[in-house]
Amino acid sequence: MSEAVAVAPRAARLNLGAYWVAPPLIVLALLFLYPLALIARAALADDSGALNFAAALDVLNSRAFLNALLNTAEIALASTAGCMALGLTLALILAFAPFPGAGFVARVIDTFLALPTFLVTLAFTFLYGSAGILNGVVTSSLGLEHPPIDFLYSAWGVILAEVTVYTPFVLRPLLAAFSLVDRSQIEVASLLGARPLRIVREIILPAALPAAIAGGSLCLLLTVNEFGIVLFIGAKGVITLPLLIYSKAI
Amino acid sequence: MSIAVPAASARAAAGAETATRSNVAFDRVSVAYRGAVVLKPLTLEVAAGEILAMIGPSGSGKTTALRAVAGFVRPAGGRILIGGRDATNLPPYERGLAMVIQNYALFPHMRVAENVAFGLRARGAAKDLTAERVEESLRIVGMPQYARRFPRELSGGQQQRVAIARALAVRPRVLLLDEPLSALDAQIRRSMVEEIAKLDADLPDLTILYVTHDQSEALTLADRIAILRDGELCAVGRTDDLYHRPPNRFAAEFLGRANLLPAVVEGEAEKGFVRVRVGEAKLVVAGRDEPAGAQRLLCVRPQNLTLAGDAERSNRIFAVVREIRWQGELTHLVAEVGDAVLRVVATRLPNPPKRRDRLEVFFAPADANLIVEDAVV
Repeated sequence: MSEAVAVAPRAARLNLGAYWVAPPLIVLALLFLYPLALIARAALADDSGALNFAAALDVLNSRAFLNALLNTAEIALASTAGCMALGLTLALILAFAPFPGAGFVARVIDTFLALPTFLVTLAFTFLYGSAGILNGVVTSSLGLEHPPIDFLYSAWGVILAEVTVYTPFVLRPLLAAFSLVDRSQIEVASLLGARPLRIVREIILPAALPAAIAGGSLCLLLTVNEFGIVLFIGAKGVITLPLLIYSKAI
Repeated sequence: MSIAVPAASARAAAGAETATRSNVAFDRVSVAYRGAVVLKPLTLEVAAGEILAMIGPSGSGKTTALRAVAGFVRPAGGRILIGGRDATNLPPYERGLAMVIQNYALFPHMRVAENVAFGLRARGAAKDLTAERVEESLRIVGMPQYARRFPRELSGGQQQRVAIARALAVRPRVLLLDEPLSALDAQIRRSMVEEIAKLDADLPDLTILYVTHDQSEALTLADRIAILRDGELCAVGRTDDLYHRPPNRFAAEFLGRANLLPAVVEGEAEKGFVRVRVGEAKLVVAGRDEPAGAQRLLCVRPQNLTLAGDAERSNRIFAVVREIRWQGELTHLVAEVGDAVLRVVATRLPNPPKRRDRLEVFFAPADANLIVEDAVV
């Protein structure tokens, strides 16, 4: 009798455990799997509903697609590299050589996360655009006819804007990782004769590597998918995959 | 732990990039954090080749003093001289020092051998010299078989040995030890104290500044002890001098247990001794130039008191037993002399007294000295 009593609740609990999986699976299916299946069907099924790779292959072989793919990869990689370099430098300064107001600066950088990405682009247009402040100053002071600074309307403009917008995604995890680095390791290392650069390279960066990889991957994914910045810069010939998809879809 | 330093390689290493025999001098060094003075002007020298232990309660400024030597805190005033050279404004990496701290601070992503090699690489040592020194340093601390391990694969005691090897590998001019054994449990701590003592015996040129709050570590290891209190040097001297003849109450009580009985000076006895009165008892204790009638504290260590007198232990006082605690090797006896408490530690008591027994307690004149209540060096 006592055995039966002991066994029954455990069995019930096990069953309950199996059902717990269901709600998250349903949510996952509705939010992710079904839309993904719809996209796959649109890409791979012909008008009759049969599986047909021809249309997809046509797109993959098309010049427009390959161009966009190349642009996307170039811009994403360059932006991510820029984010990593800038984020790392800023994080090192904010964490290890803090100045009065360093915390405030970190918060200001964070606010870029809250802004729609195209707003940053708009600000850049006011600053570096052909009718922007910088060109205004240069043309009037040098007496030029045409604005000399026009990098904004190229892939470089896109990269600069993306670096500005996405650096916080590298900065935040790095700051968190740096705050966990044992300061006494740094002190012991410096007393052993290591100069600051060696300490960064051999003590701090290895400790922050997981955070750097996480921030960098996030950056890469987001820059591959970036749409607003590319659209607003509107640079000639800079067509990325999201832009291509958008132009085909409407 | 087997300690063996081949003389030839030690000599070769000594000439490599740093002198190994160096002293450290604090010249009126003071440190302040945000206006609050944590170290008052300190003048103190650690002689080349000696172990100086800096002890004191937490907040006494001992770690701050050590960090000033390392270059981690900038003195508000004064100078720090290392090997006779003004090092006050040198960055830590140019001071030629090494440090071992409480939490080891091994580099977690480097193997033991890489940890030990770190300082040598940082100082630009040649590859073969680095390999030789790593091997030698690990041998000194008895860890050569652990060279390929990561720190996380070692026990606390083993990690601390690696930290010591890492410090020794660079042949520091001065080795700074900041509470190096505080994170270890009692048994390992005792054996590590013995190992550091052995290290000092085998590397007689090594100058060590040892910061600890543990007086037994200091007594075991130090040639000299400096006691700090509230950011101020309160006593300094050779270890046995300071222990047997502490200059003030704080030093007496911080460095082991001390009986402090109010005494009145009666006059000179033979050379180096004075006559005093404690309650009714007339005693002779070590001391000189004490004015008759002066109020002093008579300081005598519990283990220097006995219950059986002889020609040498000619001082006798009466006490009433309040407590007896037998602790295996030792028996602790707490008794009362007037209003004062007298502690006696005995290794063997054939006829242990009982509570409220009236006792005769004896001690040698040379085992007691007089201190002034508020004296500060």
